[in-house]
Amino acid sequence: METSPFEPAGDAAQTPRLAVRQLQSAHAGPVTLALGRGECVAIVGESGSGKSVLLRMIADLIPNDGSVLLDGAARETWPAPAWRAMVVYQAAEPAWWEASAAQHLAPAGLAAAEALARELKLRPGALQADLALMSTGERQRLALIRSLAGRPRVLLLDEPASALDAASSAALEAVLRAEMEQGLAILIVTHSEQQAARLGRRRLRMAHGRLEPA
Amino acid sequence: MNPVSLAPSDLALASSLVVLDAAISIAFGLRLHRPLLVASARMVVQLLLVGLVLRVVFRSGSAALTLAIAVLMIVAAAREVAVRPKQRLAGAGNYRIAGVVVAAASLATVLLALMTAIRPTPWHDPRYAIPLMGIVLGSVLNSASLALDSFLGDVVASRNKVEARLALGAPLREALAPSMREAVRKGLIPVINQMSAAGIITLPGIMTGQLLAGMDPLRAVEYQILLLFLLAGSSGLAAGGVVWLASRSVGDRRERLRLDRLAGR
Repeated sequence: METSPFEPAGDAAQTPRLAVRQLQSAHAGPVTLALGRGECVAIVGESGSGKSVLLRMIADLIPNDGSVLLDGAARETWPAPAWRAMVVYQAAEPAWWEASAAQHLAPAGLAAAEALARELKLRPGALQADLALMSTGERQRLALIRSLAGRPRVLLLDEPASALDAASSAALEAVLRAEMEQGLAILIVTHSEQQAARLGRRRLRMAHGRLEPA
Repeated sequence: MNPVSLAPSDLALASSLVVLDAAISIAFGLRLHRPLLVASARMVVQLLLVGLVLRVVFRSGSAALTLAIAVLMIVAAAREVAVRPKQRLAGAGNYRIAGVVVAAASLATVLLALMTAIRPTPWHDPRYAIPLMGIVLGSVLNSASLALDSFLGDVVASRNKVEARLALGAPLREALAPSMREAVRKGLIPVINQMSAAGIITLPGIMTGQLLAGMDPLRAVEYQILLLFLLAGSSGLAAGGVVWLASRSVGDRRERLRLDRLAGR
């Protein structure tokens, strides 16, 4: 059987974790795409080709037409906030509204966040430090901790490692792979072809709002 | 109570102060003498016209005429509230919000005062209803325009923060809450200032007028207290009202932040 770059490989009868059908807005699409449980799909493409728009449409942050299903159930089944808690979008420049990263997290999740911070090679106390005084690379890793704190089923990552050196990038990819083993599906936008190759079995290219095999 | 009558010569003498201002402007090259004289002339004509209209309305005591004037005042205040913010909601959204809130906040407080505290006969006696409406609208205008401007400006400035909260699963109401709280706070600052300064830093206008007109100070104070409570109430209703309606206008059914609904974006 011929494999499609837009569908997960393997058992065709299995319900995909995330299924995107004919998703479009004035700025991108239509896009059809599916991700299996624990799968990572990397999207590359020029700036302005619509990669971020696609992630924001899937998260239902901007008006869009088409259907998106999570484990076989339509997006409209859930109130929008519940959907976005399960399908988390992390912007290229994550915004913060409190002074420290820890203040963005529920107290109950702090221990898990500390463990994750160590895996991501953040310095001790990084969660409690003043965000305004931290480097872009540190804030990017803290943003991943914040995004994972709600145990999402799908993570939509927009350039999560753009400011990271090789060692931090490798640590971030290791954390992502561990989450994928727990079933997390990841759609990652990246400018790095190497990172795309390391993380995603499938790679797609966005051009003029449409996805094509990379 | 015997109001002190002013003769035209008294006003002419006072107007010499404006001439003094103009002379200063000319002497120092401030180029303010023309606008100053135009504003003075405009003020005199406007107030004389208002005096004439009110004299007619007061004498007639007509409910319909009183209502017409109240509506005119509400429309003028609502227009000011709508045009003040830098950000405009598409589809004349600012006008809709300002119209609803200014009318509701001012009518609610003025009617409350007329029905309970002041109780003129008939209750819609223009001698009471129109001045009350005027002073309440001034306060509503301040609060509503400050609150609306603050809310829309703050949401635009902090759109990334609002979207980050939404992206992590926060309801729109929660994501907008900081901007809403800040806007209501800004809207209430003028009336809080007015109340804390009353009597110590300034003698409020109404009270000054009543004292000059010969009223007993304690009775004038009672009136002023009533009025400041009315202003505080109407300001709160106005600031809360515009912010609540505007927060609904920048969101949609799927709780997205819809800044595309701001005109010219």
